Amino acid sequence: MNPEQVSQRQQLDEASSVPVLLYFATAVFWLLVGTLLGVAASLKFDLPNWLGSIPELTFGRIRPAHLNVVVYGWASLAGAGCLAWLTSRLCLAPLQLRGCLVASVVLWNLGLIYGTGSLLLGYSLGVEWLEFPLPAAALIGAAFLLFAASITATFRKRTVEHLYVSLWYVMASIVWFPLLYVTANLPIYSGVTHAAVNWWYGHNALGVWFTPTGLALAYYFIPKVIGRPVYSYYLSLLGFWAFALFYNWNGIHHLVGGPLPTWLQTISIIASVMMGIPVMAVAVNHHLTTVGHFSLLRTSPTLRFTVFGAMSYTAVSVQGSIEALRSMQERVHFTHYTIGHAHLGVYAFLTMILFGAMYYITPRVARWNWPHPRLIKAHFWLSATGILLYVAATCLGGWLQGGAMNDPKTPFVDVVALTRPYLTTRTVSGILLGGGHLIFAYLFVRVLTRSGPRRVEGGEE
Amino acid sequence: MIFIRLWVFFAGVLATIFLGWAALVGVPGLQLRSVPAQPDLRPYTFEQMHGRQIYIREGCLYCHSQQTRPEGFGADQKRLWGRPAVPGDYVYDQPHLLGTSRTGPDLLNIGARQPSRDWHFAHLYNPRAVAPKSLMPPFPWLFEEKASVGPGDVVVNADRNVCATREAQDLVEYLLGLNHTYPVKR
Repeated sequence: MNPEQVSQRQQLDEASSVPVLLYFATAVFWLLVGTLLGVAASLKFDLPNWLGSIPELTFGRIRPAHLNVVVYGWASLAGAGCLAWLTSRLCLAPLQLRGCLVASVVLWNLGLIYGTGSLLLGYSLGVEWLEFPLPAAALIGAAFLLFAASITATFRKRTVEHLYVSLWYVMASIVWFPLLYVTANLPIYSGVTHAAVNWWYGHNALGVWFTPTGLALAYYFIPKVIGRPVYSYYLSLLGFWAFALFYNWNGIHHLVGGPLPTWLQTISIIASVMMGIPVMAVAVNHHLTTVGHFSLLRTSPTLRFTVFGAMSYTAVSVQGSIEALRSMQERVHFTHYTIGHAHLGVYAFLTMILFGAMYYITPRVARWNWPHPRLIKAHFWLSATGILLYVAATCLGGWLQGGAMNDPKTPFVDVVALTRPYLTTRTVSGILLGGGHLIFAYLFVRVLTRSGPRRVEGGEE
Repeated sequence: MIFIRLWVFFAGVLATIFLGWAALVGVPGLQLRSVPAQPDLRPYTFEQMHGRQIYIREGCLYCHSQQTRPEGFGADQKRLWGRPAVPGDYVYDQPHLLGTSRTGPDLLNIGARQPSRDWHFAHLYNPRAVAPKSLMPPFPWLFEEKASVGPGDVVVNADRNVCATREAQDLVEYLLGLNHTYPVKR
């Protein structure tokens, strides 16, 4: 890259600075809130009477609060900040409608405060992933539309001929997610149709928003940090369209064995297995780009987090395709195995990639460096071991729980008792993750307050 | 885009999400719209509707499903949790509460399996009093300690004059009403 290109990118980053840092700062706040809620929810399995007389903190309220805070708070805000920056970089155009982005951050956070407060006070809509009352959902939907408007305006100002694969995922997700979110929030469904809408949404929130976010970032950062083009560009095209086609049809695998038409369950199972095609395409592209450059994982936190996330994407997708099969669903549906799978996706894949991206983007938009490389390492290892322990405990515990539940000779209370050591292990893993998050938040504040090392200008961009 | 035109790209993006919606929501919605309520399914009473809101408020659905599986798919039938559920069992449910977790047992027919009001009150007040190995949280705010017990009070613990509030009574009405053991009729 010649000095002119470097300074062009510095100017783009400078233009992105305020909105991107606002997204990041509020995302980190919700990450801490979400972690606290998650650990508390897990601890309530170990100590069922703990805080047992406070209605706002009963398990059935903090559990959905945890999900909504990490999903619509942490992952969505961090993802939006990363994608805004990425779009500017890939279009080689300064971020447009920056005022819209600032307004988006404000509305998004108001929605989160309204929604989370409502859940804790007992005003939940009672639909998983869609618990927020309509005013909160409307605020978040409007915030997303403002975000999408800025991305679209930036895209229209692009000065590049070629649209890199990451940009396809970004442009598709800003069309998909608002359609999905509005359709699913309409208060018009009932009975088993409502269940179908619920899980069409629940699975697609991952499919049309979080997974495109994670993949767009991985597709950008792996080749970027290694300094080598993506392994096969044609394969990424196949991967994108197969992804768009099959992911949408997955949702009803959450209702296998339930009172819905069998044909509906079957097409979702088939689509889940067909996800093998886009997943393999992405896996080949990510992993074969990385192969031979593993030594870089030691020096680049971005690459370390991103490659961990990309590997987890392959793992969670293969697990998901197998998990959707009827024989697997018979055993693991309704168990903690599903919780393990969800965390393998939202944490080991998405969150790790978001950390990696934020380690790259933050110093460039804040024009200030991360302090304490050792603490960054500690963050990685706490997060990596924490999530592996989490997934191992819940998947193994859930597998055994499912086996015991399907054995009619085992009394139900014994099924419950059997899971307890695994749930305690899960609490420990949550504390490890929380430690990593505290380190990350501390480092982030150090960059924001410019109390770390000054950034050397003119380096790699 | 090196491979296709931009409008083709966005048309494809719209087409894929529409196809998914049509397959998982649109067509099943049409098919299920004509499903009538099971003739023996009773609509919720006012008290049961209120109780259902308490069920949602306290997040019961995160640990209890309301869907019984057929013979040959899990042990629901052998555990005597009730015949396999059908769409006609759910027509009055808004929102649906099918659930995705069985940290606790399925509740579609809890009213038939455990018809005792007193058991439910004791269980909600202190789950481990009636089920020592239970992990369920207690719900003491659905109860109140009274100075003296009047004629209309539902006493749960006589030592301390613990009485069930209207919320607890309606929640139990809802739970007792969860009874889908009637035979399925087309």
